[in-house]
Amino acid sequence: MSTLRRITNLFHRSKLDQEIEAELHAHIEMRTADNIAAGMSPEDARRDALLRFGNRTVLKERVTAADAHMFFDSLWQDLCYGLRMLRKSPGFTAVAVLTLALGIGANTALFSVVNGVLLNPLPYPHPDKVVTVASWFPEGGEGSVSYPDLVDWIRDSHTFSSLAGYKSFQSFTWARQSNAERVSAVQASYNFFSTLGVAPTLGRDFTPAEDQLGAAPSVILSAPFWKSKFASSPDVIGKAMNLNGTDYTIVGVLPSNFYFCCRNINFSPGDVYVPLSATKNPLFSDRKIHPGIYGVARIKEGVTLAQARADMAAIAHNLAVTYPDADKDRGVAVTPVKQEMVQGIEPFLLVLLAAVGFVLLIACVNVANLLLARSTGRAREFTIRAALGASQGRVVRQLLTEGILLAICGGALGLLVAAWGTSAGLSILPSTLPRAGDVRMDPRVLLFTLIISIVAGILFGLAPALKTSHPDLHETLKEGGRGASGARYRTQGIFVVVEMALAVVLLVGAGLTIRTLVELWSVNPGFDPHNVLSFEVGFPSALAGANVSPEQLRADLLQVTDKIAAVPGVQAVSLMNGAVPMSEEDDLTFWIDGTPKPATENSMPDALWYSVGPDYLKVMKIPLLRGRFIGPQDSGTSPGVCVIDETFARKYFGNHDPVGKRLDFNLIYKQLEIVGVVAHAKQFGLDENASAPLQAQMYTSTLQLPDQLMQAFFSSSGFIVRTAGSPDAFAGAVRSAVHDFNSKTVFFEPDTMDHVIAQSLAARRFTMMLFGVFATLALVLSSIGIYGVISYIAGQRTHEIGIRIALGARRADVLKIVLGQGVRLAVIGVAIGLIAAAGLTRLMTSILYGVSTTDPLTFAAVAILLTLVALLACYIPARRAMCVDPMVALRYE
Amino acid sequence: MARNDLQGSLDLLILKTLSQMGELHGYGIVLHIQRASDEQLSVEEGSLYPALHRMEQSGWIRSEWKLTDTNRKAKYYRMTAAGQKELRKAENSFEQLVKGVRAVLRYA
Repeated sequence: MSTLRRITNLFHRSKLDQEIEAELHAHIEMRTADNIAAGMSPEDARRDALLRFGNRTVLKERVTAADAHMFFDSLWQDLCYGLRMLRKSPGFTAVAVLTLALGIGANTALFSVVNGVLLNPLPYPHPDKVVTVASWFPEGGEGSVSYPDLVDWIRDSHTFSSLAGYKSFQSFTWARQSNAERVSAVQASYNFFSTLGVAPTLGRDFTPAEDQLGAAPSVILSAPFWKSKFASSPDVIGKAMNLNGTDYTIVGVLPSNFYFCCRNINFSPGDVYVPLSATKNPLFSDRKIHPGIYGVARIKEGVTLAQARADMAAIAHNLAVTYPDADKDRGVAVTPVKQEMVQGIEPFLLVLLAAVGFVLLIACVNVANLLLARSTGRAREFTIRAALGASQGRVVRQLLTEGILLAICGGALGLLVAAWGTSAGLSILPSTLPRAGDVRMDPRVLLFTLIISIVAGILFGLAPALKTSHPDLHETLKEGGRGASGARYRTQGIFVVVEMALAVVLLVGAGLTIRTLVELWSVNPGFDPHNVLSFEVGFPSALAGANVSPEQLRADLLQVTDKIAAVPGVQAVSLMNGAVPMSEEDDLTFWIDGTPKPATENSMPDALWYSVGPDYLKVMKIPLLRGRFIGPQDSGTSPGVCVIDETFARKYFGNHDPVGKRLDFNLIYKQLEIVGVVAHAKQFGLDENASAPLQAQMYTSTLQLPDQLMQAFFSSSGFIVRTAGSPDAFAGAVRSAVHDFNSKTVFFEPDTMDHVIAQSLAARRFTMMLFGVFATLALVLSSIGIYGVISYIAGQRTHEIGIRIALGARRADVLKIVLGQGVRLAVIGVAIGLIAAAGLTRLMTSILYGVSTTDPLTFAAVAILLTLVALLACYIPARRAMCVDPMVALRYE
Repeated sequence: MARNDLQGSLDLLILKTLSQMGELHGYGIVLHIQRASDEQLSVEEGSLYPALHRMEQSGWIRSEWKLTDTNRKAKYYRMTAAGQKELRKAENSFEQLVKGVRAVLRYA
């Protein structure tokens, strides 16, 4: 009988009932008619017809019973029976369900993160068609495009339905009636939002005309900004916002779920968005300047990524031919936007997913062990059932049903664990994870949980099921329920070994991430990040637009610096622009005076460029190695000077003294004299190594920037301060000092250098913490596992131990026997685990630093730790066995 | 021997009836068996329908609602190819049963 039909019948049971009823009715009618024809009275005829059937309800039941008995009812029986069994041993059930809840919960939590970050589509229409477009530098990877190149890209590309540019990390001083505040801004092409497929919820998008040089300034607000500053008022459209002294008309408000973020090609959401091309920017006129502009594009329907790349490669080639000075050897990187977003985080998540899978495996092994131990107790039950004619399949199915039942209970509880764990995890490190907002329990996560629960249930239900499905009737019944055969111990022994091995792999993984972090924390960044506060100051002179003289700006900078320096507890203060260690990059190409000028921009040497004040070394505690640092005497009118770091000196001057040499520049500066050499300070994070693309560093004075650049750079300036104690305690005082200079200045983005460094390690710390949690879980679960097995085996051997003691075995011998059995299993497990770990940790190479994937210290420590824990776990049952009273043990029989 | 039980003979009777008569409703099957056995065998209505249902679920017979000669709605059964096979098997095992029983009876 087909199972499917039986199942459908079950669901259509009432329909089936009606059919049977109708059929019986027809039968009775026909019989009655025949009876009448044979001469009976109608009443007798009908009674006779009915009598022949007996009880009709019973008959109907008998007809349907043909189905129900066969499949679903027996499943229902299994379920009821399983539930009864679980209820009968609440301790076992609680331990099993809790174990599974932890295992499944951890998996669900991590999967919901993976699902949100890696699997879910981005909130744009046809997100797979959206790509980022950036310059490609053979030596440095993706980078910003110059404005003239962007214009050429837009004009010449054929494979995009639209291509838009954006420049992030801008900020404006917003003048309101009473005060001024700082707003972050993104300059974007008019078609930036339409390229992504996002439309303003209020008002309209930019028009092409608004994105022309000299167009009337317009602005689109982000939803959070609109909500907090305009109380979500719908009549902001058409109102003016005074940004940097110019009135911008508000034309639209973005949807609240607008999301765009890229790791490599900097994008940071702005409070406001303004057209890219509307305002004149001196940095936009030169093809050699890469002012932080990047592109985003939508590939035309029917065009592949490869075709788009080929198209852009051809354009890059043409540009290189036409403008060799600026564009020689430069390519274009076209990257799917999702790949851009999750880059860097993917290896961490995948390693963690593997780790958490191991935790679930250990949990399964543990529960399988419990079930196996219990099934030994139930061996008689199953043997009797088999003897009474239950098929093997029937018994296996019942055990599997019990297993899946347990797993689903565990999964349900695991969902709670996951919901709690995810929110706790995300609140610890909200900013490190791209798309953290997309992490939630959606149907896919629930489905995942259901599937892993069922798979887990089958996994651990199968072991005892297979074990008990071949019961040797004779043996089991004869043994009088002790059911202790060597083979069963072997299965449990294998479980313990597997569990130990899995735990070793996890612990080694956790150990390696911990060592990586310890290693990184002990790295000297080249500067002292403690008690350093960094912040930005927005200047009121910017409010007057471009009409402030460079002299005035320099004077303002000096005055603010003096005001901050006068704050009690401030030990040193410096301007900090251009590159910032561990967070922002900026570089400048140069060539050494006296050598021929390189033919193209791309063939020039390049150095990280820090634009600072005289006290920078004091703030950062970077040692001066030769000559002098920038001093107060280096003003806007004195000859230009610069200071280089030891890497720069070694790379470009070898053993010669660089002090007194000159550097020539194509951009920004003409010529600067090197006046000193300082130690190297790490720019690219604590894990920066010799292979980082850009190592040479150069310091110049912010006050010596050429006049025409002062205005472009300084609607605001960065500052950095060394404080006498915790920098956070001084932020308030510094803020009032800045306001003291002018009430319209804006103090914003305060941060501490310690925090910046911590942020640079956040992904690793996140991994380490999760790995730590998983490894601890593994350790606890596997020690419970080995404890359970050894106490079980010892319990089963009570009789034997009693005899041994009665025959004169010493208690110490008994201890040795039981302990030895456990330790042997543990050692085998640890050995296998170490071998497996040596193979698997290779997958972690990209997230480790300063520690080999087969770090002997970690491996040895894990091996010792786990063996000790196993020893401890076995000691308790071993002690119990040692104390067996032979009389009791024997009488028990 | 296990298959040669009474239920087996009912299945055999039903299948044989359908193979001879083509299409019949339950009542018709009862009448036919009664007639064909010279009133020697009478099928209990209480056993007939469970058997029919089980055989249908096993795919040996198929059913269809039709009108009788007297314009009454009734469920008509017809044999399937699987039913043919089953019939041959049932006939064989019945022959064996009869042979076996006869042999026992003749044993003296």
